[in-house]
Amino acid sequence: MSDAPEESITRRVFVRTGIAAAGACYAAAMGYPVFQYLAAAAQKAEAESAVKEVILNDVEKLPAPSALMFKFGGHPALLIHHADKSWTALSAVCTHLGCTVEYDPHQERIACACHGGVYNPHTGGNVSGPPPKPLTLFHVVVADGKAVVSRV
Amino acid sequence: MERRWSPVFNPGNLLKAIWQWVDARLDLSPIVQHASEKQVPEHRHSSWYYWGGICLFLFVVQVLTGVLLMVYYRSGPDAYDSVREITYQIRFGWLIRSVHAWSANLMIFAVFVHMFSVFFMKAYRQPREFGWWSGLGLLGLCMVFGFSGYLLPMDELAFFATRVGLAIPETLPGMSGIISAVLRGGPEVASATLQRFFALHVVVLPALFAPLLGIHLWLVQKHGNALPPSEEAKPEAERKSVPFFPNFAMRDMAVWLVVLNVIAVLAALFPWQLDAAADPLKPAPPGIHPEWYFMSQFEALKLLGRVIPGTLGEFAGVGLFTVALLMWAAVPLFDTRTAPGQRSRNTTLFGLLVLIAVIALTVIGYIEVL
Repeated sequence: MSDAPEESITRRVFVRTGIAAAGACYAAAMGYPVFQYLAAAAQKAEAESAVKEVILNDVEKLPAPSALMFKFGGHPALLIHHADKSWTALSAVCTHLGCTVEYDPHQERIACACHGGVYNPHTGGNVSGPPPKPLTLFHVVVADGKAVVSRV
Repeated sequence: MERRWSPVFNPGNLLKAIWQWVDARLDLSPIVQHASEKQVPEHRHSSWYYWGGICLFLFVVQVLTGVLLMVYYRSGPDAYDSVREITYQIRFGWLIRSVHAWSANLMIFAVFVHMFSVFFMKAYRQPREFGWWSGLGLLGLCMVFGFSGYLLPMDELAFFATRVGLAIPETLPGMSGIISAVLRGGPEVASATLQRFFALHVVVLPALFAPLLGIHLWLVQKHGNALPPSEEAKPEAERKSVPFFPNFAMRDMAVWLVVLNVIAVLAALFPWQLDAAADPLKPAPPGIHPEWYFMSQFEALKLLGRVIPGTLGEFAGVGLFTVALLMWAAVPLFDTRTAPGQRSRNTTLFGLLVLIAVIALTVIGYIEVL
């Protein structure tokens, strides 16, 4: 007589745990496909951004000083033809909050319109304003009118 | 006993406090009171009460999977490619699309079962006439949902089904210009048609469906479950019922779980495929036929066309449908003379006639095309 209530409590706990476990299985069985489905776009973009090298044609047409915007691994990048005919390639994503920066040939600088960040166009170094880090510099080789841009 | 402040956090007290705070401002307790007092009759036919809940569950599945499909679906010239990507490239895209398609078919089936069970249980009688009419409106919207959604993949079957589906009302006098200008967006089913069917399917129809469903559900709460005549005839003391919370709600959820499993099995074992892309220059594939829920109407038109050839036959067919539909909708108005507890055999006979006609025409339709 004395263990009867104790036993029924145990059974109740068992059934509750079982229902919770089955519910968790259902939630996972539905949640996992939905997450994978939604994540497919980001995975595809990431696969695209795994690019190591980009070749740009006809760069000799780019006057000096001026710059060209191109896509490097899904992100915007800058190819700068300096007044001294040298070349620089760097990421065009501001290290502050991700705006796209612009090359300003008159003041010899790279500027971000969003919050006034300024970078050095030769090194990508953050000169003034809020950017915490320099822009990522790429390796660039120009030969036969082609620019080969690759990760350093 | 001395009451002391306890350092042990009690989530129950916190929930209670939040509830009291909300209830004091929104006055929700009458709803909770109503829900806790709600009873569901229990008798020989009470299993039919689950079908409305099944329709509701399938509708929720449609909304969720529909939103997920919209994440990758692109209407316009890219439509076919985007559905091909969803079906064959994006991870679990086939599953989401198959669940959406299977659940759509099951939903229309469940709505039909629900409608006929309401009909034969005489659940449309006073005061539930508006429940019947709002339900018919929801069924009509479901059919338009099905028809418009069928075009969206823009494959061969979708293309021809929409072409034929729009050509039928077009044979009626004066309709040709309207169909072309309003529904098809041109003389041929093309990108312009797809774009407006997409808008219809994901914006217009949900915007109409949601409030109508709200009214329908509110009426069910207001009037409660109807008793079939066989139960109404019993003295009140002999009728049995169970509380909605938690007994019936638990059973409802168990049924939903079964439906969820059925959808999962169907979607996994028979994933929805994609035909070749629609090509207006290709001849229609052999054996092309409408979806099963349009088959009876299609077959009736075909049979009538044999008896009365030409436009007159189409006209007679569409006229006959209109009359039959109006009679079906008006059932609560002419089945009023019978006292509660009586079956009203003529109405039951009419319902049986409609049910048999729908099933027979569907079967004949399939025999003819297969």
